[in-house]
Amino acid sequence: MQTKLTINGKSHNLNADTRTTLLDALRNHLGMTGTKKGCDHGQCGACTVIVNGRRINSCLTLACMHDGNEVTTIEGLGTVDDLSPLQRAFVAHDGFQCGYCTPGQICSATAMLEEIKAGWPSHVSADLNAEIALSDAEIAERMSGNLCRCAAYPNIVEAIRTVAQGGRT
Amino acid sequence: MTAFHKMDEPDHRNRLDAMVQGVLGTGMDRPDGPEKVTGSATYAHDGQVAGMLHGVMVRATIAKGRLEHIDAQAVEALPGVRAVLHGDRFLRNPAQGTANEAPVQGSRDIAYLGQPVALVVADRFEQARHGAQSVTLRYSEESASVAPDAETAEVPDKKQSSAGDLAAAMDRAAFCVDAVYTTPGHNSAAMEPHAAIAAWEGDLLTVRASCQMLKYNVNELADALGVDPEHVRILSPFVGGGFGSKLGISPETVAAALAARALGQPVAVALSRQQVFEATMRRSETRQHIRLAADAEGRLTGIGHEALVSNLEGEDFSEPVTQATPFLYRGENRLIGHRISRVNRTCAGSVRAPGEAVGVTALEIAMDELATAAGIDPVDLRRRNIPERDPGEDRPFSSHMLRAALDDGAAAFGWENRPQGGARQGDWLAGCGMSSASRVNMIGKSSARVTLHPDGTALVETDMTDIGTGTYAILNQIAAEMLGLPPARVKVRLGDSDLPKSAGSGGSWGASSAGSSVFLACERIRQDIAERCGCDEGTLTLKDGMAIADNRARPLAQVLAGAPLQAEGEIDKGKTSEAVRQATFGAFFAEVAVNAVTGETRLRRMHGSFAAGRILNAKTARSQCLGGMTFGIGMALTEELIHDPRDGHIVNHDLAEYHLPVNADVPQLSVNLLEERDPWANPMQAKGIGELGICGAGACIVNAIHDATGIRVRHLPATLDKLLEGLDRLDDLG
Ligand code: FES
Ligand code: FES
Repeated sequence: MQTKLTINGKSHNLNADTRTTLLDALRNHLGMTGTKKGCDHGQCGACTVIVNGRRINSCLTLACMHDGNEVTTIEGLGTVDDLSPLQRAFVAHDGFQCGYCTPGQICSATAMLEEIKAGWPSHVSADLNAEIALSDAEIAERMSGNLCRCAAYPNIVEAIRTVAQGGRT
Repeated sequence: MTAFHKMDEPDHRNRLDAMVQGVLGTGMDRPDGPEKVTGSATYAHDGQVAGMLHGVMVRATIAKGRLEHIDAQAVEALPGVRAVLHGDRFLRNPAQGTANEAPVQGSRDIAYLGQPVALVVADRFEQARHGAQSVTLRYSEESASVAPDAETAEVPDKKQSSAGDLAAAMDRAAFCVDAVYTTPGHNSAAMEPHAAIAAWEGDLLTVRASCQMLKYNVNELADALGVDPEHVRILSPFVGGGFGSKLGISPETVAAALAARALGQPVAVALSRQQVFEATMRRSETRQHIRLAADAEGRLTGIGHEALVSNLEGEDFSEPVTQATPFLYRGENRLIGHRISRVNRTCAGSVRAPGEAVGVTALEIAMDELATAAGIDPVDLRRRNIPERDPGEDRPFSSHMLRAALDDGAAAFGWENRPQGGARQGDWLAGCGMSSASRVNMIGKSSARVTLHPDGTALVETDMTDIGTGTYAILNQIAAEMLGLPPARVKVRLGDSDLPKSAGSGGSWGASSAGSSVFLACERIRQDIAERCGCDEGTLTLKDGMAIADNRARPLAQVLAGAPLQAEGEIDKGKTSEAVRQATFGAFFAEVAVNAVTGETRLRRMHGSFAAGRILNAKTARSQCLGGMTFGIGMALTEELIHDPRDGHIVNHDLAEYHLPVNADVPQLSVNLLEERDPWANPMQAKGIGELGICGAGACIVNAIHDATGIRVRHLPATLDKLLEGLDRLDDLG
């Protein structure tokens, strides 16, 4: 099935099976293997990408449902020579070990900070209507859809906190 | 030129301390970090090649029997499907760590539910998956044994030992503990599912796979395929976590290679998450009978530790539950017992710190029970029981840092001023607990090649892997330190089986083994440079690309005069691994809050103090400890493989039902790494740290739950249901 996707600002014409997930389209059809598959069932967050500004699990959605959508993947956030602030902070704070969950963590964190800016409350927000205070608990809660078996969680929280507070690393 | 060194004598020279580049031990960022955070690091399934087909494995749906028929024809008629493969070369289960040969093969005889029995290959992944789901299998079923059974279990002679008379010591004891603890099966659950892309060029096979120990994996794969190991090359430059699950070659890699050969095209096979649970390794469940006898001062006079574990028929591996028990604490009367029950369940193998992860955890819960019985502070109880010599084998310790770790950890955590156990804040009951950590230390034969180029850059090459452990960082730092180069001028190549053969990643021996080989190669290069400078290697200073001897500094480029210097280093274990007991030590402290209404446990804070010889990179070593401690959190509170009592299959075979700790379950853990040099370990005086952080970690949480509620959980994990009854009682007491 023909699907038009804008990925990292570039338009792509995808011709894939209707059963092809957005994740497999990126990896197996478009050669963008930065996005990882950890479970294929929406249980780990390794495949997180940003679609029309919102983070989603790309394994849980079919590519053909995204005709005309704007997709941002890890490849669109920065490059080895030009890291995004979050990417830089993850390196500085060792926000990973094996690195497999990392593209998903960083895409997730990138969109998550926007959700906080937009005032979306979470399970741990004390006041649903107040401005969100960016505590460690808020970060941890909002990043709990991204599993890390290497358990870099404390470092992930540090990296995100540093960037959110405008700190440079 | 090979510099070979066998560890027959302790190395007290502490050569690395005499180096002046100042990079080793620092918390240098991982050089592989930028690739990992941009998605450009290539894991097994990322190295996609042109013309690649996709394969999906088919699983057995019975626990035991014979596969009589596969309706390959019907599936091969489906759109896109190229072939359905099965047969004698398929692996029943992965090879055990360091097996060096193929495990049991053949897809006819079924030994557990979930065993891979066939591979469906198609042009597209979706077609292969549909094909795999459409396969009909016909079996003749046999009756299976799916639950471990102490009565029929094997009792291997080599795994029993005793000294003195434990029963008499128990009778005479002022205080004692006699209890049974159980831990459920665990899955490594590395975030990268096992995957392989196989391609043949003539009779040469190249496989991109997710492997921890390439030297062994090449031989295992070649043996499974019946080809010459010289014709097999494995590439694993990045491994998305291993934790033991990728020690040996696994079914998808062999299947991909067979399919690629049969079809004359590259084939990629990735296990689904469910298949990772069913068809790779599980940590065996354990039943542990622990007896502790102590005198009136809390000094141990007797320790008994008897374990029951399980595995498939024909597997040598048996979870070494009691590995640390012979040396961790004093006591003249000792008894170690080990039984293994043969079951039709997923293969049992190494999962992070086989043995100590569950064995020290149970022992440390028992020690807490003893502290309570004797009315002695738990930290103090441990201090009173540190042995002078390894009591199991009556030999000295290479170094013993348990007391230092206990003292450091207690101070860092504020143990003396901890909140009163059971203090109630709203619905929450607070409590604190602690436990000791210990893990045996090993090295394995390992080689590396180092090339110093005339432009002042160096290249380190070995088939060693970085499974998240920080190998790229520490090998860089060792070479940079020894050769006096800024780390940016050192490049490390790993994960290619064509490179010099290393010990691989496993058993916490990777950094010590591979690191020592790099150290030795660099030492040889230093000797060469010293010769050219007319000085002794011991008086040569290398810093920032300059060679300094006799108050004369010359750029390395000048010394090398246009030609590179190259050396191979090789380390092997020797007499020091027998002459002394080598182990790493640590201490864990935790504060929990238990909800008096729901039984939910929340970990509020957790601290670990660890000693593992020289620390090679403060940042990556700390991250390894964070990872280990978090495995401990999972073991204490959530992780549990559940087997269907009818057919043994793993019911919770995915990440929604097998509960790994998530970010919100883990507070900002703190870690202290203690200063230590262990001359018996290797020429770097460094020991393994990758597993120490899990060995006993779960116990400090379970002990804290006891402090908070008075409820003693002996059957992990401490889920809500195990606390509710006791909490009701507490409430009745009001
Ligand atoms: S791969 Fe999509 S959530 Fe795990
Ligand atoms: S870095 Fe390995 S799973 Fe997160």
